[in-house]
Amino acid sequence: MNGIFSSSIGKKLIMSISGLFLMVFLLVHLIVNLMLLVGNGETFNRAAHFMATNLAIKVVEPILALGFIIHIIYASIITLQNRKTRPIGYINSSSNGVTSWASKNMYILGGTVLIFLVLHITNFYWKLKFGEVPTLSVDNGLIQMEDAYSLVSGLFVAYWWFDLIYVVGALLLGFHLSHGFWAAFQTLGWNNKLWIKRLEVVAYIYAIIIATGFSIIPLYFLILK
Amino acid sequence: MSKLNSKIPDGPLVDKWTKHKTALKLVNPANKSKLDIIVIGTGLGGSSSASTLGELGYNVKVFSYQDSPRRAHSVAAQGGINAAKNYKNDNDSIYRLFYDMIKGGDFRAREANVYRAAEVSNLVIDHYTALGVPFARDYGGTIDNRSFGGVQVSRTFYAKGQTGQQCLVGAYSALTRQIKAGTVTMYPRRDLLDIVVVDGKARGIITRNLVTGEIERHSAHAVVLATGGYGTIYYLSTLALNSNASAAWKAHRKGALFANPSFVQIHPTSIPVMNSYQSKLTLMSESLRNDGRVWVPKQAKDPRKPNDIPEEERDYYLERRYPAFGNLVPRDVASRAAKERCDAGFGVGPTGLSVYLDFRDAIKKKGKKVIESSYGNLFDMYEKISGESPLETPMRIYPAGHYTMGGLWVDYNLMTTIPGLFAVGESNFSDHGANRLGASSLMQCSGDGYFILPYTITDYLADDIKTPRIQTNIPEFEKTEADVKERIKRLLSINGKETATSFHKRLGKIMWDYCGMVRNEEGLKKALVLIKELEEEFWKNLKVTGTDSELNQELEKAGRVADFFELGKLLCMDALNRKESCGAHFREESQTETGEAKRDDDNYSFVAAWEFKGEGQEPELHKEELKFEFVKLQERSYK
Amino acid sequence: MNIKLKIWRQPDAKSNGRFETYPLNDVSSDMSFLEMLDYLNNNLIKEGQQPVAFEHDCREGICGSCGMYISGRPHGPQHKTTTCELRMREFKDGDTITVEPWRASAFPVIKDLIVERSAFDKIMQSGGFISVNAGAAQDANSILVKKKNADEAFDSATCLGCGACVAACKNSSAMLFIAAKVTHLALFPQGQTEAELRVKTMVAKMDELGFGGCTNTRACEAECPKGISISNIAKLNREFFVAKLKE
Repeated sequence: MNGIFSSSIGKKLIMSISGLFLMVFLLVHLIVNLMLLVGNGETFNRAAHFMATNLAIKVVEPILALGFIIHIIYASIITLQNRKTRPIGYINSSSNGVTSWASKNMYILGGTVLIFLVLHITNFYWKLKFGEVPTLSVDNGLIQMEDAYSLVSGLFVAYWWFDLIYVVGALLLGFHLSHGFWAAFQTLGWNNKLWIKRLEVVAYIYAIIIATGFSIIPLYFLILK
Repeated sequence: MSKLNSKIPDGPLVDKWTKHKTALKLVNPANKSKLDIIVIGTGLGGSSSASTLGELGYNVKVFSYQDSPRRAHSVAAQGGINAAKNYKNDNDSIYRLFYDMIKGGDFRAREANVYRAAEVSNLVIDHYTALGVPFARDYGGTIDNRSFGGVQVSRTFYAKGQTGQQCLVGAYSALTRQIKAGTVTMYPRRDLLDIVVVDGKARGIITRNLVTGEIERHSAHAVVLATGGYGTIYYLSTLALNSNASAAWKAHRKGALFANPSFVQIHPTSIPVMNSYQSKLTLMSESLRNDGRVWVPKQAKDPRKPNDIPEEERDYYLERRYPAFGNLVPRDVASRAAKERCDAGFGVGPTGLSVYLDFRDAIKKKGKKVIESSYGNLFDMYEKISGESPLETPMRIYPAGHYTMGGLWVDYNLMTTIPGLFAVGESNFSDHGANRLGASSLMQCSGDGYFILPYTITDYLADDIKTPRIQTNIPEFEKTEADVKERIKRLLSINGKETATSFHKRLGKIMWDYCGMVRNEEGLKKALVLIKELEEEFWKNLKVTGTDSELNQELEKAGRVADFFELGKLLCMDALNRKESCGAHFREESQTETGEAKRDDDNYSFVAAWEFKGEGQEPELHKEELKFEFVKLQERSYK
Repeated sequence: MNIKLKIWRQPDAKSNGRFETYPLNDVSSDMSFLEMLDYLNNNLIKEGQQPVAFEHDCREGICGSCGMYISGRPHGPQHKTTTCELRMREFKDGDTITVEPWRASAFPVIKDLIVERSAFDKIMQSGGFISVNAGAAQDANSILVKKKNADEAFDSATCLGCGACVAACKNSSAMLFIAAKVTHLALFPQGQTEAELRVKTMVAKMDELGFGGCTNTRACEAECPKGISISNIAKLNREFFVAKLKE
């Protein structure tokens, strides 16, 4: 294992593994959030409460944060190193029609997603964790849980431009994933001529699910509430 | 005569090499690293020589004009590499490969050399396979072979149409391994400008660093030339544009005899000249003639499109002249027949210098799919260049200069007449006689470098173990360097109006017209006058831009073209001297009643080795009689 | 046709370069791109100017010498084509064609359009071979190789070493070049013995020489004149991880 992570391929391995880990998180996060669209809010609140109190999730939470941090740090290291490899650029660089825009702009996409992430944490996670959010009592007072539903709906119903920001954020994330998903497998070496095409299709499906899934929520509150 | 001691060992053909090897002297490992060897060129001959000598422990220095050894022109060989493995169980053998080569060369090569080339061919295949060359394989995992160049057995190893490239990458990888090991030092982007001879022995070279323009001295105990052929003397040829004769020519001027310079193979199926700017003739594999039919219109200068010309107005001249072999006659015969039709005014295309190679009937018979799958990549290549699809309209082809059988005279040890100067691969004359068979060039240059030269050069160096490293500050180096610099100065100071390329084109046309596929006394004499005139004009009106202390491609070209003039004259002189037709050399005066080549074994069964006698002097001819003890001389007929 | 050429001119490695514009008339569509440059150079020489230096040799798409960034793409607009195979019929009358050298710190410009690609040779020297001496090989058929492996190895081995992959990659990565070599040799039983050492030394050399890392943009594959697939890179990664894990 000597020096694996200082090599260019090793650094990409870190990007790939942390990326895949974050992609699993995104899927879980989306499933929980889609509860917002079900019933009067209690389903979502129960799910949110479960996620906030479950021991396993509590253990995973710092790992998740670490995942984000590693992904961001290594993205920055790689990008900085790669930028040094071409001191004089081309004046004319036309597209070959094969290379996707997302693949060439992952750092920019990731950066905008990060800005969105900070906003998103301030909006919800921070408030739930450290702020004052009214609690509800269910199951005859057996469970005291925070009214996360009202927090979300409050924001999305009151401010239309927040809905817009969230939709844009979801789309940017989608683009990031459309490349990141199959590239993660490629970097791991789980690819060949046959699987490149398949993984690309799966990547698009995954990216579309994530992007539309997360876009539906603000749009739901904007239009229907 | 004393100049030419071929050193061919006595005894039965099969035992000659074995016996000879046993008698060769050895150098002990400790002494090898004290001996320096210079290798010029990194094609299959050069790379194989250098890597093997490095493996043996010699201190090797390799030079190439390219930026990387992997770009040498061996890379462009398409068809394959022969070996007498008999993997197809079709009763092939070393003897049969030897016999095919001797006969294919029209009995103008040495029996012993050709037999040895066939003998080591199997080792070459083993070595390339071990190096990871991806030869085509069968489903069982064994290597596949195909039949090539009209022989009756399948002995050609191939990697699609890129066998040369694959072998060269293999040879290059072995070379890089030695570079890493420190036994070989690579000097890329260097042009050899002269050979340094000390006390009658080759002891070093003068090179020009093509990036900085610096003139450098390099010394060694022995020098190996692996510099390829001189087919670019025709300007337009199938060769790489920078291929040149300068290294061999410098060796010649320093005392190495040049053998059979007029033996030049003209390949029949190349994409023809399209316009006056054309720089290169791209080869289309010989295999196309398996399905394509060659024809010209019966009416001279027929303005119609080929597909509008009805069957009865087409002249399938190969089928007409050679009913037995038809479109599959050997390269030289096909080339001459195409020239004959075009000269008679029946050629097609904008220049009138091409013939049709038509796949219409094959498509009708076998279906478009089959033809496409057989020749798809060649058709694509043709379409890229010409803009026409051979599936829709007939290909246009014309012969082009391809391979030079002639080269530096070497003895059985591959040593030239300058002691310590060796020549391998296409740069020597030894194995192909008057005509080379397909897929035997890769075989010969690899065999030379991997399994012949390392033994014979050791024999030479065994007498040199007490010679200390050659110093480069001795007068011989100083004198040669001064000569080289003087010549560069001369080239740069002419300050005329015409570029080296333009002179090269004009020389090429003279060579092609009078010393190409068909030669006659009158034409050759005329060519000698024309070349001399052009050469004089060159030295008066050449324009070279830039200086000598920078990367200067015009200067590089000018030096090479200047050498081509001298070689061109020798080529014509040799062709003039050989008043017979044999192999690729066709003298109009020596033909049968039906226009076929007529050999004259009584008077011309010899190797013509020319000695340089000084500037402006007639070269002296030395003859090495060819003795055929093991084969019976026959006439080639394809009727 | 009449065209305009915008070409990078740089007298040597140390000097600064700049673009020069040259109008060129009466260009035939049958010319190859390099013949068009020959034609331009001929005109320049006649006018007493220095011709444009560019590298070329075989002019049939196999030696890998030529390589220019033409109108925004390595080897020009045609797919799976080297610069020498490119024909002027790919362009239109009145076009302005930009011609730039390969740009990468690992490929410094020597003059005009010529760059130094010896970094590729250095990578090859670090381990791109099978260690076998001449004379040590056994019969070629004594080791069987699956046809599928041999064919795949051939596809990887078609690499010309032209450098278009590096030129195309936004990171100037040499991953496709190395991957093709590692894959080619790893697919043969003969190449197995030193496969782990090979992949490690070649990757280390690539990193050392200033090439960037791979970010999977696929630009290399799209511009490779031989169409070498990025599945080679996946294989390289696999080989690399396995080799490192076994350490």
